[in-house]
Amino acid sequence: MKRGLLLAGLVVIAAILVTSVAVLLLEWRARETHQTSVAAIGGPFSLTDQDGKKVTDADYAGQWKLVFFGFTSCPEVCPTTLSRISLTLKALGPLGDKLHPLFITVDPERDTPAVLKSYTEAFDKRITGLTGTPAEIDAVVKAYRAFYQKVPQGNDYTMDHSTLIYVMRPDGQYETLLRYDDTPAEMAEKLKPLLEQG
Amino acid sequence: MVLRDMLGGFLALFIAVASAGQTHQYKLGPLEIDNPWSRATPGAAPNGVVYVTIKNTGSTPDRLIDVASPAADQTQIHDMKVQDDVSSMWLIGEMGVPAGQTVTLAPNGPHIMLVGLKKPLELAQTFPLTLTFEKAGSVTVEVTVEPAGAMAPSQGS
Repeated sequence: MKRGLLLAGLVVIAAILVTSVAVLLLEWRARETHQTSVAAIGGPFSLTDQDGKKVTDADYAGQWKLVFFGFTSCPEVCPTTLSRISLTLKALGPLGDKLHPLFITVDPERDTPAVLKSYTEAFDKRITGLTGTPAEIDAVVKAYRAFYQKVPQGNDYTMDHSTLIYVMRPDGQYETLLRYDDTPAEMAEKLKPLLEQG
Repeated sequence: MVLRDMLGGFLALFIAVASAGQTHQYKLGPLEIDNPWSRATPGAAPNGVVYVTIKNTGSTPDRLIDVASPAADQTQIHDMKVQDDVSSMWLIGEMGVPAGQTVTLAPNGPHIMLVGLKKPLELAQTFPLTLTFEKAGSVTVEVTVEPAGAMAPSQGS
C-alpha cells in the first residue's frame, strides 16, 4: 500500500515538473514572438489624404501619431472613437496640438477624400482622414498588424475592423496602444507623459 | 370636504408633474417603450443608429418584427460586438421580447440602424420611428438626437 502511494506521489511530481518546464518553454517562446510582433507594428505607407494629396508616412514624421482604422458608414464604433479622440485632445489642452490622429479608412470604395474630410472635421480639425487604393489600404492594415473584412449585408456591406488605436512616436516607432473601452480621461493620462517628452 | 378636494387636487398635480419627467415613454398594450434616442451624425456619414428599451409587462412573448423611419432609406435591426479588439456588426432582422422581460437596444449591442440617411441627424432634433410587433401591433415614437459621441440618452433610462 505504502509503495503504491509513493509511486503515485512520484508520478504526480513528475507530471508537475514536466508541465512546469513546458509552460516555461512556451512562455519563453511567446515572449520572443511578442517582442518581434511589437517591434514590427507600423512602417512605411503610401496613401491619399482628405485633401486628395498623395502622402507617405514621411509626411507625418516628427509628430506623435494616433493611427486607427474605420469607415464612415460605421454607425457606432467609429463615431464614438473619433468622439473619444476629440475629447482626449481637448483634455490634453495645448499638448493636444502635438498629437496627430490619423483615421485610415478600410472602405476606400465609399470613403473618398471629400467624404473623409467632412467626416473628420465634424469631430476635430486635428484629425486627418486617409484613403488609398485597395492595395495601399491592405498594405497599411498589414503593417499595423490590424484587421478588416468586408461583410455583405443584403444589397449593401459593412466592414469588420480593428478597434485599436496605435500610438506612434515621432520617429515612426510603435509606442503603445489604446483600446475601445478606454475613456478620454484614461487616454489623456496615458498620452500626457509621452507628449511632454517632446 | 374642501380639504379633501384640495388634497386630491394637489395629488393630481403632483402626479402630473412627476410623470411629465417621464414623457419619453410609450405604451402599446403590455409593452412599455422607453427613451428612443439617436446620435448626431457628421455631414458625410450615410448611416445612423437608434437605441431604445422595450419592456414586456405581459405574460405573452412578443417579437419586434419591423422598424421603419422616414429619416432613412432603410431601417433595420442589427447586432454588434467588439471582441478581441475587432468590431463586427450583422443584420438580425427581428428581436424577441420575452414575457415579463426588458430588451435593451443600447451601445455595444443590438440596435436599430438607419441605412442611407436622407439628411444628417442634428443634435436636439427629433424624428419618427415606427416599431411593429407581432402581437402588440405598431407604435410610432419620437427619437431624440443626442451628441455625436453619446453612450447614453441624456434623459436617463
